[in-house]
Amino acid sequence: MAIVYEKSRGLTDEELHYCPGCHHGIIHKLVAESLVELGLLDDAIGVCPVGCSVFAYKYFNCDMQEAAHGRAPAVATGIKRTHPHQAVFTYQGDGDLASIGAAEIVHAAMRGEKFTTIFVNNAIYGMTGGQMAPTTLIGQKATTCQTGRTKEQAGMPIRMAELLSTLEGCVYAERVCVTDIANINKAKKAIKKAFQKQMNGEGFTFIEVLSTCPTNWGMTPLKAVEWLKDNMVPYYPLGVIKETAPETAEVK
Amino acid sequence: MEKELWKGNEAIAEAAIRAGCDCFFGYPITPQSEVPEYMSAHLPKAGGVFLQSESEVAAINMVYGAAGAGMRAMTSSSSPGISLKQEGITYIAGAELPCVIVNCMRGGPGLGTIQPGQGDYYQATRGGGNGDYRTLVLSPSNVQEAVDFVQEAFDIADQYRNPVMVVMDGLIGQMMEPIEWHPVPKRDLPPKDWATTGRKDRDHNNIINSLYMDPNECDRHNEHLAEKYALMEKNEVRWEEKECEDAEVIITAYGTPARIALTALETLRAEGLKVGLFRPITLWPFPEAALRKLSKADHVKAFVDVEMSSTGQMIDDVRLSVEGRKPIRYLGHAGGVMPTVEEMVDAVKAALKEGK
Repeated sequence: MAIVYEKSRGLTDEELHYCPGCHHGIIHKLVAESLVELGLLDDAIGVCPVGCSVFAYKYFNCDMQEAAHGRAPAVATGIKRTHPHQAVFTYQGDGDLASIGAAEIVHAAMRGEKFTTIFVNNAIYGMTGGQMAPTTLIGQKATTCQTGRTKEQAGMPIRMAELLSTLEGCVYAERVCVTDIANINKAKKAIKKAFQKQMNGEGFTFIEVLSTCPTNWGMTPLKAVEWLKDNMVPYYPLGVIKETAPETAEVK
Repeated sequence: MEKELWKGNEAIAEAAIRAGCDCFFGYPITPQSEVPEYMSAHLPKAGGVFLQSESEVAAINMVYGAAGAGMRAMTSSSSPGISLKQEGITYIAGAELPCVIVNCMRGGPGLGTIQPGQGDYYQATRGGGNGDYRTLVLSPSNVQEAVDFVQEAFDIADQYRNPVMVVMDGLIGQMMEPIEWHPVPKRDLPPKDWATTGRKDRDHNNIINSLYMDPNECDRHNEHLAEKYALMEKNEVRWEEKECEDAEVIITAYGTPARIALTALETLRAEGLKVGLFRPITLWPFPEAALRKLSKADHVKAFVDVEMSSTGQMIDDVRLSVEGRKPIRYLGHAGGVMPTVEEMVDAVKAALKEGK
C-alpha cells in the first residue's frame, strides 16, 4: 500500500500536551513540514517562548533554545548573527510577543533580523489560566477582565502584523488562520514563503496565526472556531499585510 | 615585554578580542560605554559580531542565544544595567551556558551616580537573579589584572559552562595605566557538543533550556549545579596577602580600595605598626579558608574592612570567615567618594587600640 500521509519528519514522536481543539498542533505541523520541504530542518535552530508552547523544544525535530518570557527575538538575534546561513525561527504567543516581549520583537524587526517569527495569537494568556492579553478583544472576558475588556481600562487590542509592517526591516508580514483546509493551505504557503525570504537574506519575516483557546475561552472546539471567524477575523484581517519585493529588498 | 598605555574599558575590550570573543552585545551606560564603542570598531575587523541592542535585557538574551549556539559571547554594563541583565544571567546559569559579563560598577541605589562604586557585591556574589546559582566573580584592582582576567574568564566560563563576571569599580574602567600583553594561562577545554548549531548528522537534537517541570528532575539539576559550584570553590579561589605574616591588623579590601590600602600600609609600617592587607580576587568563590586561617593567628588582633559602599557588603563574607574570633571595623563611602589613606590609617589605629 502506498503511504498517502504521514507525520512530518520535522516533528518528534513526543506526545503533544495541548488542549483539545487548540490550534498549536496544526501550526507546529505546518512549521515542521515547511522546514522539511525546504530542506532546512537539519540546519534549523528554533527558539521557543514562555506560554502554552513552552515545550515546543520537545516537538520540533531540530536544535532548539528555550528563551525567557518575551526574549525569543533577542535570543534568535544572537543565534542568527553568529550563524547567518542557518534557518532560525521563533515561535511565540501573544502574551510573550505582544506584551512582555514587545520591545524585543519591534527592535528585531527594525534591524531587519533575518529570522522568521511564527506569532500565535489566541487573544488570551493560555498557560497561566486565561488572563487578558494585549490582543484580547473588546468585550472578551478573561480572568483579569471578568466582565469583558474595555477600551477605557485596557485600551484597544494591538495588531502586531500591522505594527511591525511599518518598519522597513520587516519585509514580509502575513496574517493567517488554520480553521479549515483552505486556510491551513494558505497558512502553510505563508510560512514557507517566510522561510524562503529569510534564506534569501531579505529581512525580518513575520507570520501571525490566529488561533483558538477553547479551554480558556470556555467553548467547545467547534464553537471556538466559529468565535474566531466571527470575532477575531473582523478585527485582525487575514492576508498579506506587507510584502517587500525581493529586488527592492537589500540582499546581502 | 613592552608596556603600553591603555584605558581600562578599552583594554578590556581588546583583551576579549585577543581571547577569541566571537560576539559582543551591549548597551551604552556610563562608566562602561568605551567597551561597546571599542568593540564596535574592532571586533568586526577581527571576524566577530558586534551589535548594540535595544536594552540590557535584550543584550544578555542575545548572549544567551549566541552562547547556546556555541559562540564565545560577551556583554558589559554598569550597575543599573547589570540589574536589568539579571533575568538573562539566571537563565544562562540555569541552562549552563558559558559567557563573560563585565560590570564596571557605579554607585547606587537606583540611578545613584556615574562615579565608581562597589555596591553590587551582593548582586554579583549571591547570584543576583532568581534561583540557586552562582557566577564566578573575578575582581581586578588595576588595568593589567582587568586585561588578564577578561582573557582567562572565557576559558573559565567554557570549562564550567557557567557565566563568569569581571566586576570592578568604575575607576579601573576609566583609568589609563601601562600594561603588557603577556600570555595568560590557557585551559584544556571540553568540546561544545551540546551547542545548538543545527543537528546535521547528529543523532539527537541539542536543546538549550532551564525548565524542569518534574520536581525530582529540577532537584537533580540543582544538585548538579551545586556540585559544579563546589568544584569552583575547590579550584578557583584567588586572593592576595600583603605583609600579613606578622600583622596585628589586617585590612580587607578589593578593587580600588585595596590599592589605596597599599599606601596606608606603607604609612603605617613606616610608623612601626604591623599592618597587612588581605585582598580577595575571586569575590565568589570567596577566599574564606585563607581568611579564616589568618583570623586564627595569635598575632592578628583585628580586621578593618574597607569598601566603596555605605553599609558594607563584602564585610558579610569577612564576618563569615572570621566567625567572631576578632573584632572587625568598617570603613566605607558610597557615591564615588573614595576611602582615603588618612581614614584607613585612623581606622587601623582605632582597631589596634580596640584589639588590645
